[in-house]
Amino acid sequence: MSVPLLETRALCRTFGAIAAARDIDFRLEAGARHALIGPNGAGKTTFVNLLAGAIAASSGAVLLKGRDVTRVAQAERVKLGLSRTFQINRLFRGLSVLENVYIPVAERVGAAPSMFRPAGRRRDVVDEAMQLLRTLRLADDAPRRVAELPYGRQRLVELAIALGRKPEVLLLDEPAAGVPSAESHIILDAIGDLPPHIAVLIIDHDMDLVFRFADRITVLVGGAVFATGSPREIGSNPDVRAVYLGQAAHG
Amino acid sequence: MRDEHPAARALAGRHRLRPWEPIPWVLALAWYVVFPKHLGFGTEVLVTILFAVSLDLALGYAGVVTLGHAAFFGAGAYTVGMLAKHGVWNEPITSLLLAGLVAAAVGLGSGLVLLRTRGLTLLMLTLCTMALLEETANLGHAYTGGFDGLDSLPIAPLLGVFEFNPLYPRTQYLYVLTVLFLCFVFVRTLVHSPFGQSLTGIRENTLRMHAVGAPVRARLVVCYTLSAAVAGIAGGIWAQANAYVNLGTLGLDRAATVLIILALGGHGRLYGAFIGAAAYMMLSHFLSKIYPTAWQLGLGLLLVVIALFARNGILGIGAALWRRARLPRATS
Repeated sequence: MSVPLLETRALCRTFGAIAAARDIDFRLEAGARHALIGPNGAGKTTFVNLLAGAIAASSGAVLLKGRDVTRVAQAERVKLGLSRTFQINRLFRGLSVLENVYIPVAERVGAAPSMFRPAGRRRDVVDEAMQLLRTLRLADDAPRRVAELPYGRQRLVELAIALGRKPEVLLLDEPAAGVPSAESHIILDAIGDLPPHIAVLIIDHDMDLVFRFADRITVLVGGAVFATGSPREIGSNPDVRAVYLGQAAHG
Repeated sequence: MRDEHPAARALAGRHRLRPWEPIPWVLALAWYVVFPKHLGFGTEVLVTILFAVSLDLALGYAGVVTLGHAAFFGAGAYTVGMLAKHGVWNEPITSLLLAGLVAAAVGLGSGLVLLRTRGLTLLMLTLCTMALLEETANLGHAYTGGFDGLDSLPIAPLLGVFEFNPLYPRTQYLYVLTVLFLCFVFVRTLVHSPFGQSLTGIRENTLRMHAVGAPVRARLVVCYTLSAAVAGIAGGIWAQANAYVNLGTLGLDRAATVLIILALGGHGRLYGAFIGAAAYMMLSHFLSKIYPTAWQLGLGLLLVVIALFARNGILGIGAALWRRARLPRATS
């Protein structure tokens, strides 16, 4: 069996007496569309933060491309090809949409430390950022300040910033959260159009989104993996239905 | 292949000189010709602009909230003052470079520690650093002149030719204007570079900058050090122009004033420093002549109005009016 792009082994994280992540064994294969679901407070965002390196693990290991990165800082994991989006937008709100994407691209190609050359002279960075916006159908909004965009389009910029790093592994924390249903299709389309070789982990409550994109689903309950399988297996698993899907159906 | 989308073209040409950008320099030269009796005041304004430009780099672009920027101004001023007074070195241009280097070292040293913090903690720590320096200058009486400062600094003629005459500060004015211009070109280049773009990214969302793999703290320390160097040059040139250094160069009063000036003019816009310094100093100059006892009241009221209704300062108001004037044309 090949080495998975991203893997965790017995990953744990405690906050005081609360175990937010308990012995999580998880594998994300190249090109996967993997969904992470679970009720509120199941530890989904904690798990993403552990994968991204935003918080430190209490015990266990995180492996990126077979390399142990448990003690590696977030910025270094990003350089190794791991990008993420946030459940609540983290954008450069006062800047234009194009500048929002210029920043990650400049970091990736190593242009960002350059001090004595105008940013615009790095036409390679400008053009790549613009090309990325075209792919996401954001080109018309490129000159606008990101804070002026409707929320659904801001969500798309959130995704664009992560893609500016050309990640091999992409963690999407509730990509459609807060987007009015009239606009949610633009997010779904964008996720559907992601380059196939990227391994994507989607954390979401939205069952439509999960069952539309995922080829594999992991259910997290109480900080631990409750079940893992194909959408069909998870959908027909009576325990999962009882714990989660049933709740959602009633809720 | 070049992307010819208007937004890409705008970003590619963002650093180009705007038609109005020579205006402040033309005005500054006109001042020299028209008001030869007010060159002392003019010099003071130019130094303040330079100091405000240095603060704009740290605060306006990188979002480093500081109330202690006079620490670097004072470090530069005392470098020039002590070297000249104790007969070590008094050649103006090299002293000024030394002032910048010393201030940069203070900026680097304090920045490595302080920039681990943010917000209110950072604000208090910058204030404390400045207070420590001020007290050091106060206690080191033998070297710094203590509370009295150092006066009658024997600054050598500029380029060995042009004397610094305190009564007719023509040399000072042109010298300060030249240094301001060079430093401004440096800061302007910096903020339009990819490095400057990443500073605005840190200002707008520090956590996201970590998440896109930027070495946030290193960038902030570099920016803070460069900003300190420019502030040190401002302090050094102030000491040279006045042939004088005192504790006031390191004081909270100076640090707060430059902050007010930047808020008044508009931060993160480069030219806010120009507008803010000119407006603040003209106002305080004339108000203090009209109402010698209560002039600060007028200034205070103006600041309240700016803080309440124009968060982006005078330039912010200007930019908003400009957009409003252009919008109908763009849509019709």
